[in-house]
Amino acid sequence: MEALLYQVFSGLANGIIYGSVALALVMIYQATHHINFAQGEMATFSTFIAWWLMQEGWGYWAAFFITVGISFVGGLLVQRIVLRPIEKAPVLTNVIVFIGLLLIFNALAGMLFDHTIKSFASPFPKDSFLATKYFSAHQIGSAGVLLVVLFALFAFFRYTSVGLAMRAAAQNPDSAKLVGIRVSWMLGLGWGLAAAIGAVAGMMVAPIVFLDPNMMAGILLYGFAGALLGGIDNPLGAVFGGLLVGVLENLLGAYVIGTELKLTVALVLIVGTLTLRPDGLFGKKVVTRV
Amino acid sequence: MAKLFEAKKLCAFYGATQVLFDVDFSIEQGKITTILGANGAGKTTTLRALCQIVKTTGSMTLNAGNGDVQIVGKATDAVVRMGVAHVPDGRGTFTALSVEDNLRLGAYVRSDRDAVAKDMEHCFKLFPRLRERRTQQAGTLSGGEQQMLAISRALMLKPKLLLLDEPSFGLAPLIVAEIFRIMRQINEEDGVSMLLVEQNASLALNLAHHAYLLETGNVALSGPAEQIKNDESVRRAYLGY
Amino acid sequence: MKPIDKKWAWIGGLLLLAVLLVLPFLVKNYRVFQFNLVMVYAVAILGLNILTGFNGQISLGHGAFYAFGAYTAAILMDKMGMPYWGTLPIAFVVCFAFGFLIGFPALRLAGHYLALATFALALAVPQLLKYKQIEGITGGVQGIVLSKPEPPFSFRFLDQPFSADRWLYFFTLAVTALMFLIAWNLLRGRVGRALIAVRDHPIAATAMGINLPVFKSMTFGVSAAITGLAGALGAIVVAFVSPDSFTVNLSIFLLVGVVVGGLASIPGAIFGGIFIQFVPNIADEISKSAPAAIYGLVLIAFMYLLPMGVMGGIYKLWFRLRAKAPG
Repeated sequence: MEALLYQVFSGLANGIIYGSVALALVMIYQATHHINFAQGEMATFSTFIAWWLMQEGWGYWAAFFITVGISFVGGLLVQRIVLRPIEKAPVLTNVIVFIGLLLIFNALAGMLFDHTIKSFASPFPKDSFLATKYFSAHQIGSAGVLLVVLFALFAFFRYTSVGLAMRAAAQNPDSAKLVGIRVSWMLGLGWGLAAAIGAVAGMMVAPIVFLDPNMMAGILLYGFAGALLGGIDNPLGAVFGGLLVGVLENLLGAYVIGTELKLTVALVLIVGTLTLRPDGLFGKKVVTRV
Repeated sequence: MAKLFEAKKLCAFYGATQVLFDVDFSIEQGKITTILGANGAGKTTTLRALCQIVKTTGSMTLNAGNGDVQIVGKATDAVVRMGVAHVPDGRGTFTALSVEDNLRLGAYVRSDRDAVAKDMEHCFKLFPRLRERRTQQAGTLSGGEQQMLAISRALMLKPKLLLLDEPSFGLAPLIVAEIFRIMRQINEEDGVSMLLVEQNASLALNLAHHAYLLETGNVALSGPAEQIKNDESVRRAYLGY
Repeated sequence: MKPIDKKWAWIGGLLLLAVLLVLPFLVKNYRVFQFNLVMVYAVAILGLNILTGFNGQISLGHGAFYAFGAYTAAILMDKMGMPYWGTLPIAFVVCFAFGFLIGFPALRLAGHYLALATFALALAVPQLLKYKQIEGITGGVQGIVLSKPEPPFSFRFLDQPFSADRWLYFFTLAVTALMFLIAWNLLRGRVGRALIAVRDHPIAATAMGINLPVFKSMTFGVSAAITGLAGALGAIVVAFVSPDSFTVNLSIFLLVGVVVGGLASIPGAIFGGIFIQFVPNIADEISKSAPAAIYGLVLIAFMYLLPMGVMGGIYKLWFRLRAKAPG
């Protein structure tokens, strides 16, 4: 029983990270109806920026917020410069460009910060008051950070007019234009937010798995699985999806398949969700009258 | 009567295809002007041209109180900020958002919060059914209710010019009558100038003050609505009744 | 074609053939090995192109089929002592079956969802290949070491011996030519038009009598079979398979090859093969990350400037020149 609980809690702790990545993916999907294959590499690159800032002497939280800010602007610029010209192009063109971005960010990380594995500080040291029997201080801290991000996003979308405008632009860009919304900028905003969230996810993951250019590859897959499981258009669902994936990964790994096929578990979850329940567990079914 | 809007030599294009050919028309302040014509005549395109959703050449000027401002070449959101509200064909409601959110979005470019709240009240008075459904998802509303919502959303802009694209389309006659009655009320009580595109010529001519008839992208006829309505030969030749 | 054009086409063709036949003896052994890989990649890219370029189903996971083909060949040769040429048809059939089966769930996935599912497949494959339970067959992390087939006869030409790599060059050349011929015939006629019809107007295609599910699955199967055969060929040429040779990077490189050569272009696959074989070699000298950076820039630049790839660019040039030429 003890072992089972441990697996569940450990899964939840991992799930928090997957949930953050899933959240970033859903953010871009909601805004642009595209899946950002480069999300993992962007998050890794952001984490490298934070690492570099700390190497240059900045304190953790200063580096954290500066990185989030830079990532936001970076995501916005990527959308404005690289993606806007192909907004109306076919899906294949967009997918290819996303893969191109994936490669470029990965290469940039390698070229600027080399391939040696680096350690990344956690703002929640091991002996902090946060540590409990089942969760380390870092895991509780990360969960707290993610919750703050979630609340901020929820408030943004629910209570601000820009948030409402973003939702409108994503659902019905034509009508959004007619009420004076600059739809193109809303897409950029979506990318900026996703990049910022990805940066947070990267900075929460790096202390655990150590920082190198390929840090996020496997985690991205779990993020996809979580986003799909929760419903690709539902931010809260994405977080739950991520938690669920984390728990399933551990339970299936410990009791069913063995720990070596974890990525296959993610694959099965993705394919299974896409074919059996494409709206995910919490995806909104929008009612439209003809 | 002051001219609110004037189009001169307006041409509109979908890609390389030209759809409007040197169209001239004007809208008077406080009046309802209607554009009639068969399918494919270019009526919807005219409204889209006004909002700069399609490529245009020529001149379109709006006199919103500060003299004539050129519309051609401006971005759509700039045209909206000048006070042009467009109720598109097919309603264009944000189906996944609530009725209230739809209305809020109508006032997106405005910053006077108290006035916006008052205007929302005004819309609910005009269309009580919307008040009943204010927290419901817009997609669950009936066709008629969605049309009411679309018109209300446009009114939330406190527009100088209200564009309506085929508001009667796909609706039952009773609902259409109610909506057109309210449109007359909006025009007479609140003084909102309107440009109405309609396929249902008799409905439009009964409501409007002035009418234009489009035929394959050209203005074939124009005149006071009363005159065109009573001219049998025109009606038979152009409007089919 | 005018009679004069035909004559030039024949002369050009014969010259090309002569060059191809003599080439392995003009260069060092290692260069021949690289040429072999170019051809292998060209066939793999051809397979992917049939699915993604012609039929519009986006696969970011074709490296998986390449890997299955490679491992099939390796296991047959290593554990069952099958001769290398026998493994090719078997790899073809096995990968066809895999592709056809995967084609069915793929039917319900469009656009980026299919890309996502195949991306997941590509990411999962190396881990699957390392799985301890099947280590006995797959060789686990170490992989399987094979030996290059000896040429059936030996001689010297232009002062170079007829080595294993040179023998494999001709073998690969023959197989590659065969695959391109099959693809050319398949795609030129009704099947090709059907593929494009399904890609661009699926509803209309159904109305014209094409059984969409079966057709799309067949396309997946054929595409997987060709890429799988390339994998088998690759295993023979390299004489080694291991899980880390088949990471998601391979799937991405194949996509780069398709984009560079030209979506829905058969001859373009050759340009693609040349590109993904030689660019990393050159770029590696600059830095470890340079190949990835170049591929990324190429993908984006091509989508902007040359969406139909190198072949598309050549056609445009050709038509422009012809338009200017008299008569």
